[in-house]
Amino acid sequence: MKFIVLIVIVLAIIAVAQLTRIYELTSKLRNRSEAEVDYRDNKMNANLLLLFGIGMFVSYIWMIARYGAGGNTVSASVEGVDYDWLFAVNLVLISAIFFVTNGLLFYFAWKYHAKPGAKAFYYPHNAKLELLWTAAPAAVLSVIIILGLLQWRDRTGAASENAQVIELYSKQFDWAVRYAGKDNKLGKFDYKLVNTDNPLGLATTETIAARVEEMRTELEALEARINDKDAVYSVAALTEMKNTLATKERLFVRLLQLQQNHNPEWDALAKDDIVQPANIKLVLKKNQEYDIYFRAQDVIHSAFFPHFRAQINTVPGMVTRMKFTPSITTKEMQEKMKDDNFGYILLCNKICGASHSNMKLNVEVLDEAEYDAWWAEQVATKTFGNN
Amino acid sequence: MGAVSHDAHAHHEESFVSKYIFSQDHKMISKQFLITAIVMGLIAMFLSTLFRIQLGWPEESSDILHAFLGDRWAPNGVLDRNMYLGLVTMHGTIMVFFLLTGGLSGTFSNLLIPLQIGARDMASGFLNMLSYWMFFISSAIMVLSLFVESGPAMAGWTVYPPLSALPQAVPGSGLGMTLWLVSMAIFIASSLLGSLNYIVTILNLRTKGMTMLRLPLTIWAFFVTAILGVLSFPVLLSAALLLIMDRTMGTSFYLSDIIVGGEMLDNTGGSPLLYQHLFWFLGHPEVYIVLLPALGLTSEIISTNARKPIFGYKAMITSILGIGFLSFIVWAHHMYVTGMSPFLGSLFVFTTLLIAIPSAVKVFNYLTTIWRSTAIYTPQMLFSVALVSTFITGGVTGIILADSALDIAVHDTYFVVAHFHVVMGLSAVFGMFAGVYHWFPKMYGRMMNLRLGYVHFWLTLIAGYGVFFPMHFVGIAGAPRRYYDYSVYEGFDSNQFNIIMELNVIISIFAIIGLLAQVLFLYNFFYSIYRGPKAVQNPWRANSLEWTTPVEHVHGNWPGALPVVHRWPYDYSKPGAAEDYIPQIVPLAEGETEEH
Repeated sequence: MKFIVLIVIVLAIIAVAQLTRIYELTSKLRNRSEAEVDYRDNKMNANLLLLFGIGMFVSYIWMIARYGAGGNTVSASVEGVDYDWLFAVNLVLISAIFFVTNGLLFYFAWKYHAKPGAKAFYYPHNAKLELLWTAAPAAVLSVIIILGLLQWRDRTGAASENAQVIELYSKQFDWAVRYAGKDNKLGKFDYKLVNTDNPLGLATTETIAARVEEMRTELEALEARINDKDAVYSVAALTEMKNTLATKERLFVRLLQLQQNHNPEWDALAKDDIVQPANIKLVLKKNQEYDIYFRAQDVIHSAFFPHFRAQINTVPGMVTRMKFTPSITTKEMQEKMKDDNFGYILLCNKICGASHSNMKLNVEVLDEAEYDAWWAEQVATKTFGNN
Repeated sequence: MGAVSHDAHAHHEESFVSKYIFSQDHKMISKQFLITAIVMGLIAMFLSTLFRIQLGWPEESSDILHAFLGDRWAPNGVLDRNMYLGLVTMHGTIMVFFLLTGGLSGTFSNLLIPLQIGARDMASGFLNMLSYWMFFISSAIMVLSLFVESGPAMAGWTVYPPLSALPQAVPGSGLGMTLWLVSMAIFIASSLLGSLNYIVTILNLRTKGMTMLRLPLTIWAFFVTAILGVLSFPVLLSAALLLIMDRTMGTSFYLSDIIVGGEMLDNTGGSPLLYQHLFWFLGHPEVYIVLLPALGLTSEIISTNARKPIFGYKAMITSILGIGFLSFIVWAHHMYVTGMSPFLGSLFVFTTLLIAIPSAVKVFNYLTTIWRSTAIYTPQMLFSVALVSTFITGGVTGIILADSALDIAVHDTYFVVAHFHVVMGLSAVFGMFAGVYHWFPKMYGRMMNLRLGYVHFWLTLIAGYGVFFPMHFVGIAGAPRRYYDYSVYEGFDSNQFNIIMELNVIISIFAIIGLLAQVLFLYNFFYSIYRGPKAVQNPWRANSLEWTTPVEHVHGNWPGALPVVHRWPYDYSKPGAAEDYIPQIVPLAEGETEEH
């Protein structure tokens, strides 16, 4: 099979070469130069341009009909409905510009091709026209800018007081969730506190003390290895160990500072938080506004909820946020889509490494009764302070 | 200095090395840039075909992938996930910097600036030579990084840290990334040397009568492009230097609070957003560094082939200057959803959408130029018309992306990929093709084959639209970019998955057709260099000065005195004139007024 494809390609190239030779010889016989386009060729290309323009329009309309203009999925959040409306307004505007200007372009290109005896119209400028097509786009753009900024203000402004606070914690290649507990406030955190018992690095007097102990043991073990008189290390291995030790010592000093500065009153903030390890599920309540905060452990990720039309990057060393209000439960959506396997999703949308395309978290939106039952179970089993 | 002493040197014999390799002649340097760029462009296009095979037919065993990537990166003919990211990254980097920045601007600024302003050569031939050779070295390093054991850079062409700073996060951030940074540093030096030279030459070496308002629009475009380059590339260099320090010297410019691969780093206080600000401060002017030369070339080509003056010459210059200025205050529109202050975002919405105004003026002026013209459809004219069409199509989707509220749900999806490929991958590349077809007789003294040019054009246009037009719909369906495959969709929305996959197959097929179509161009190009019919002095009956030089290249461009300019370059079909063109060297007739 490969071989046949290869032969076809080689033969095609030879054929092109031979055709070119023949064409050149006939051109020479007819005394034609490559600088002169004859009228027949000119007309053919003009016709093809018009045909292409029409084909482009038809294919655009066909694709809109087949694939939809705003994604096939209905928006599933309150904000997303506004988003879809603004997108539609913009799409209509830009489609109009696309059809009119491209239409004029291909029409002119077809109509005004060189013909025998035709002469071009010497028309170097016209101040009024130029003013018109500076002012017209400016007017259209003002509308677009104002509508856009109004919505941007609503999307990025502070959440209402009723909003439930959640944190999503991203790392290569999964998402963990932390729901604020009864006080609806998230507890403090620090990346130096992250270990197997405390994957999100929450700061309480106990977690800090445990981590200090853990690091002290690690440091002592490493120092002992370096100073072990019986062990023989290569220079490279020794340097590596000493570098690691230096890094750990710096981290340890900062950890002790953290311990000193920690106010025990903050413990309560973290202790009622509900921590859900990575790769389980994000559960939301219908018609509940959410104020979501994001952290990243290693590289930049992006939290992309396509169905809620929401997205924000997650950045190491920085907290980012978004808000939205889911408006359709997963079950309702499954009925709408006539697809029992449909589910909401959180995707990673910033290149983050080999498994970037698999970094996801399933999202489920429940109605109030179902949600309350689920929530009670979480409080009972996953409250941070109880574990 | 060089300009004065050239007459005496005009006929001295040159060795092979000083003529073809370490040449200081701008015409030879432009050919060197062009050939290097064609090679780089082909490599990058080929890389894209490799990952399009994966996207169209994911996880299927492919002999082609295995043949080129071997057991290391395509075991059993299935593309490695890391290498997929490597291919995407290298495709973007090479296309943006090496084909469209170095290649487009390097080739045509070098060729046309001295010829169209009436200068003997560039202000500094030596700097010009250095500029090319640094470009060559950086190209070589970039290509070599493909063969590194741990793979080339894999963090996307924007190489955002921390991903690009941490080899623990992705293997390409090891030696591959180091080579990427070294190559880019040399590339930036090359670009700066070139740009300074272009600016100085345009300001100081214009011949008698060549006022700024008689310059062809090509020169205006190159001039503004060079200024953009000089002001923005140093910022990228500083971004790269800080990244090098973070990678090797333990600094924390971009790194903070990171645990990667089970290892806790002690970097703290840095900000990945700082890198993004620095990168896009170059990155956005870069878009216009790529696009303005293409628009300049087509302004010249459309006017010449329409046999009609370019409409609104001064408005075109104002638009170029306006675009150039605005391009410096829009960079953060790439960062609406990065966690940057939303208030800052709203300022950038405003400035970004302003750019649509000068862009629209340019489009309308092109339309009016073609209106009531007598267009001659040479391949360069066809490519120019296609450029205007893709500039419109790619421009209008920019309106959606510039609007921060709308950017939220399409940011980093294929909608963005479609948008910038239509403007850069189609418009700018079409401009470059148009330039090659138009100035080939000037560069090589021979003609390219018209019919092959037509076939090449039509295949390229159809394949180009076939690739990038459906891509908008992949994006609107919600498909994130830089995904190895879309199997994740199968788990939650099979309907959407089917749409994405159906379109991906179509796109991949067109991409392969597009690659094969370039064989025609290559054949035509290289065959014509040696065997094409001999060109006449002014084959397109054009007005600008380059067509008053002899067909055979001479050192110093004009064998005798420099030409004197008497009029603007767009007197086509002027009423009362005998011919439908009046070259710039023809003095005004009695009672004739110069209008523009």
